[in-house]
Amino acid sequence: MFKFESDRSKFPEKNPDGTNIIDLESGKFTKLWQGPIHPGMTGNMSLELIIQGDEIMECQTHVGYLHRGFEKLMERRRFIQCFPICVRIAVPEPDFNEYCLAATIEELAGIEVPEAALWMRTLLLEMSRLQSYLAWIGGQSSAFGLGLISQWTTWARDLVLDRFEEITGGRIYHMHMPPGGVRGLLPFGFETRMKETLEHVSKIMIDVERVMFNNAVFKKRSIGLGYIDPSLVDEYGITGPNARGAGVPKDVRKDYPYLKYPELDFEVSVGKDSDVFTRADVRRRDILTTIELLRQIVEKVPGKGPYMAELPNVLHWKIPKAETYVRAECTRGEYGYYTVTDGSGYPRRINVRGPSYTHAIALMERLAINLNIADTAGVMSSLHTYPPEVER
Amino acid sequence: MNELIEKLRKKYPIKDEVYQRENLTFVSVEKDQAVDLITHLRDYEQFSHLVILTAVDWIEENLFQLTYLLNSPSKKMDIGVRVMIDRSNPEMVSIHHLWAAAATYQRELFEMFGIPFPDSPRLKVPFILEGWKGMPPYRRDFDTLKYSEETFFPRPGRSKKDPAEHMKEMMYPEENGSV
Amino acid sequence: MSLQDIEKRTATGPDGEKIHIDPLSDYYSTAVPEAYENHSGIIDKFKNWARAESLWILAFGTGCGAIEMRPLMTPKYDAYRYGIQWRPTPRQSNLFIISGYLSTKTLKRVIRAYEQMPSPKYVMGFGSCTINGGMYFDSYNTINRLDYYIPVDVYVAGCMPRPEALLTGFDKLKERIKEGRGNGANEYAEKFDWYKKNQKKVIEDWDMPDYSW
Repeated sequence: MFKFESDRSKFPEKNPDGTNIIDLESGKFTKLWQGPIHPGMTGNMSLELIIQGDEIMECQTHVGYLHRGFEKLMERRRFIQCFPICVRIAVPEPDFNEYCLAATIEELAGIEVPEAALWMRTLLLEMSRLQSYLAWIGGQSSAFGLGLISQWTTWARDLVLDRFEEITGGRIYHMHMPPGGVRGLLPFGFETRMKETLEHVSKIMIDVERVMFNNAVFKKRSIGLGYIDPSLVDEYGITGPNARGAGVPKDVRKDYPYLKYPELDFEVSVGKDSDVFTRADVRRRDILTTIELLRQIVEKVPGKGPYMAELPNVLHWKIPKAETYVRAECTRGEYGYYTVTDGSGYPRRINVRGPSYTHAIALMERLAINLNIADTAGVMSSLHTYPPEVER
Repeated sequence: MNELIEKLRKKYPIKDEVYQRENLTFVSVEKDQAVDLITHLRDYEQFSHLVILTAVDWIEENLFQLTYLLNSPSKKMDIGVRVMIDRSNPEMVSIHHLWAAAATYQRELFEMFGIPFPDSPRLKVPFILEGWKGMPPYRRDFDTLKYSEETFFPRPGRSKKDPAEHMKEMMYPEENGSV
Repeated sequence: MSLQDIEKRTATGPDGEKIHIDPLSDYYSTAVPEAYENHSGIIDKFKNWARAESLWILAFGTGCGAIEMRPLMTPKYDAYRYGIQWRPTPRQSNLFIISGYLSTKTLKRVIRAYEQMPSPKYVMGFGSCTINGGMYFDSYNTINRLDYYIPVDVYVAGCMPRPEALLTGFDKLKERIKEGRGNGANEYAEKFDWYKKNQKKVIEDWDMPDYSW
């Protein structure tokens, strides 16, 4: 009965260099705000879209709903007081903040971390990565309308948070890696319980793969969507699974090894066509890699030994004037802390480099052009942006 | 890393190099040579990834320090280029033609420190703060505690002791003469 | 909306006559909210029971606490068995959970959403940042005391509180409603000027009507 012909003769003309001409007075364009709450994303960020019909002509990202001025607050606090506050910068994955801050302070002050603490730190970072990826899968599928997967993966994430609570005492914010080591080693019987949890999570991942990645609706909507050209990776500073989905194998764990990763055996998953489906597949394979890594780490963590280096009196700790940059690989890409000290008891400047800084603003504004409104949530979710770390 | 610095020293006036780690070096360069050096590093030495662009406020010397941290994915090296600019009249050339993501860093520096980068796209559109009339907040002479107590209503009952002084009194009372 | 949209302007009609437009009074209602009557008979007891047993929450995760609301929708810490649902619009909800700190930018949106909810409505402050500012007490962008801006019924302390703590908070709120003390909307209407003064002190570019009906 109907025959859909995409007749673009009524669309306004483009500029000679291909960009769209936008004239808000002519009545053909509408301004639409999509934000600050999104179905698949934790965090508040809004997109100001100018649309024509169903298609986006221009997109601007507005952040700032969660700005607390962390870098200013950390200048007012001593080094050990910065440590409980730095965790709240990236809310769903707090452990990478602790590790990076501790690593910069240890490097500038010349403290050496004992062996058991390095293993514990690796274990905590990998567990944090697992629970963050599980929450992300729920978000990505909710953005396309598959609401069931978020129920399964949130349940799996709760199991991992129970393991966190055994070691550190808290579900979300752990504060277990102060500068100098860790606060404690593993409780008795942890290995058995961890292996059970990993079994549960593997079973749930098999179900998720069947229901989500072999799903006709998900495939039809996501294959070919949100294409990132590999040449944009350097121009926009893209890191993590977004770059790996485009074929560029960037992973901080292999390129600049830290903690105990040189002694562990794993592979970096890379995809070829960089659309939403490939990035989701890269992340799914990352989850399976993380489960394997956890199985290896749990057997190698030493049960006893010193776990905290001797620190000077932390309330009067003065570090000489220097600057450094430490990076770690979090689920979204390269996470880094740039610290400058000046010889007084307070840090001069701590700047947090979140990977979503470039993904959420510059890259999203580029990818949203000529996209359907219904697909923006899917693309935003597949770039895995967390607004708290964009504006700190 | 040493060979690279020696090679660069022949063309640009580099000083104050600090070999922080095996693959991380910080160098200082003058303001008018900075963009040249960064373009040279990007085009000829394969430092193609801009990691971060920040500013540090050295209020005692009346200077802002801008740090451009570049990374080379193929050589696995980092180099940090420090540029000192005047604090009372800051201005710096924009590098958004080299990296498109640099425009966002420059917007944030303009809003938080007050450093303008002329020709950077959408520089004056408010980025993080909305309706902010006052000094750029990340400067050292902006007192955030005083601002918070005057504008927002603090709940009484929060004690105001410096933890270092408090611990000194509690643990070593003899030294203070108050036994 | 922006500041230009609410300025007074003059437009020319098709016959050349001048029309003066004042958007705030022409397009929006300038009436002030009124308190509703609050009796305590047996029908009102039944009404309060019904309101308490079906709390519908506005799905607006304002801060850190948004991450502890997801486990409540899943079978482990189920909140749906208490009749509590998450709704997307303020017109369909009667409980607003402020989960964590509020920056001034979000406070503007929160006030708008709160005023659009139909009375009677309740607010729960979740996390220590709503009580006295939490660890951001000296930040230039976050507010310190939530109950100077909107009326609050229950506070749940912690950073982050566990989902079980949130369920206990729901219990306390239900007791309070059933006793007849869930009158946040009345308080807002009676002390309307005081709340507005506090809000305008913090939000400097006020480009909305005074009360969003």
